[in-house]
Amino acid sequence: MNRTVTVNDSKIEHAIGKKRSSFWSRWETPGIGYLFISPWLIGFFLLTLYPMLLSLYYSFTNYTLMKPKKWVGLDNYHRIFTADDKFIQSLKVTFWYVLGSVPLKLIAALLVAIILNKAVKGISAYRIAIYFPSLIGGSIAVSMLWRNIFGVDGSFNDFLGLFGVQGTGWISNPSTALWSLIVLTIWQFGSSMVIFLAGLKQIPKDLYEASSVDGANRIVQFFRITLPMLSPTIYFNFIMGVIGAFQMFTSAYVITNGGPMNSTLVYAVYLYERAFSRYQLGYASALAWIMLIMIAVVAGLIALSSKYWVFYETDTGRGKRK
Amino acid sequence: MSFSAKNVRGGIRHILMILFCLLMVYPVFWWIGASLKSNEELTSASLWPDHPLWSNFKNGWNSVPGHSFTDFYVNTFGLEIAVLITTFVSCTLVAFGFARLDFPLKNFWFSILMLTLMLPAQVLIIPQYAMFHQFGWVNTYLPFIVPHLLASGAGGTFFVFLLIQFIRGVPRELDESAKIDGCSWFGIYWRIVMPLTKPAIVTVSIFCFLWNWDDFLGHLLYINSVDKYTVGLALKMINDSQSGTQWGQVLAMSLVSIVPATIVFAFAQKQLVEGVATTGIKG
Repeated sequence: MNRTVTVNDSKIEHAIGKKRSSFWSRWETPGIGYLFISPWLIGFFLLTLYPMLLSLYYSFTNYTLMKPKKWVGLDNYHRIFTADDKFIQSLKVTFWYVLGSVPLKLIAALLVAIILNKAVKGISAYRIAIYFPSLIGGSIAVSMLWRNIFGVDGSFNDFLGLFGVQGTGWISNPSTALWSLIVLTIWQFGSSMVIFLAGLKQIPKDLYEASSVDGANRIVQFFRITLPMLSPTIYFNFIMGVIGAFQMFTSAYVITNGGPMNSTLVYAVYLYERAFSRYQLGYASALAWIMLIMIAVVAGLIALSSKYWVFYETDTGRGKRK
Repeated sequence: MSFSAKNVRGGIRHILMILFCLLMVYPVFWWIGASLKSNEELTSASLWPDHPLWSNFKNGWNSVPGHSFTDFYVNTFGLEIAVLITTFVSCTLVAFGFARLDFPLKNFWFSILMLTLMLPAQVLIIPQYAMFHQFGWVNTYLPFIVPHLLASGAGGTFFVFLLIQFIRGVPRELDESAKIDGCSWFGIYWRIVMPLTKPAIVTVSIFCFLWNWDDFLGHLLYINSVDKYTVGLALKMINDSQSGTQWGQVLAMSLVSIVPATIVFAFAQKQLVEGVATTGIKG
């Protein structure tokens, strides 16, 4: 009996020693790790990497789903950049949309977060009221609501009527249609606001106390403490907002369908039109790759700029510059 | 003196916030009123109609010939359940693998996962559509279910990331003691880590539900027969076919379509808002 136990012990020790020295880890074989992540891994190859390469290939063909595709080289790209007015128009609209919606949404979210950070009583009721539009935001239902509110007889004009202002058909007027979409986006600032609120809670109170002892007023505190300390959160909201805004689809598609006179033809709607109304999948793939590069460049520029305006507590010694 | 000045300032702050919140929810009040209006009354400035047309809900519900919204709700909920289950299974397994197991190239795969988070959906829509078209999956629910089974559907990668972050916070000592008691890795995943990951799983499920409910573009692309329509597509259809005729019905049905999301929000409000705050999910 004694012998067996010794044998077993030495076996166990041997096993432990062997596993410890192994390249992988203490217990498991690498196979188990790969087994667990296999759904994502298969998904990545089949539903992300392969489609990406496929779409790159399509972008050099005249693929239409109906006919056999033919390699056309850079033809699609050439046509996009030289002979496609709608492409230029959709770029313009998208840039205006990004420039109009992202900063205003961020400012609204930040200001409300700062107010809510102080008003403690009833905060959850305020949070619900402010978050609710974001909750239902992406749905087609809200797009329909908006179409009515900003129509000629919509309630927005009724509201203006209270001040004696004669409104127009905001959505049917090419010079204001994009703005009604931007207002819709700003209305949904709730989730950015909640993220700001969490960021504000992280700022140590003693910074404010110490600075008010030094005689700093609220405005100085806002620019010297709140903004720098919040800059990582601002950065996050900013970059996510820009990436999201470039891809805006549902409201432009449902409310205006790109019109009137292409004034709300955002890039994603134009891409959809080429791909799934005219089934020019090759051409649309080229558009998609241009979009990918555009987003990557803009996000990259924001990321590069971040080292000049984003301060992390760890490398700045509590909000002060190095 | 200063005490009352502080109160006055607080009072003003609250009044401003209440006014602001009213402005925020005003469109929703208008929506409720408008859903009960006839076309004639829709143009009036009043918030509440003089003669509420409750029939807008009944007629809107049956406004698609040959179908009622009951069918569209059944379709949508069926799809939601399939997507929730597949998301749960795949995302938790993958997250556990990344958070708890060591394997060669793990960091490489993790960076790839993070990169795909930033990928605009537009680059994948066209080739995926062409692929699913070839498989004969158009006008089935497979283009939604299969990607979720592979943790790659709408938001899937994000859910994996969120769960990884959460599981990393579960103490590893628990795994080790279970290991000593002879528990397999799958046992550790299922019996120890999963029960402790419940709050994150709830957050993921809520967002998965909401995002799929609102995945208008996906539904628009892949579903084209009316008997498979989801609520969003049915709304778009009555909106297109009825424009100018019965706006009240369209608004009534669109109001009904946000009820499930609202109920979910009402029950999970605190968790949802905190989930957004800590993880930065965009709603």
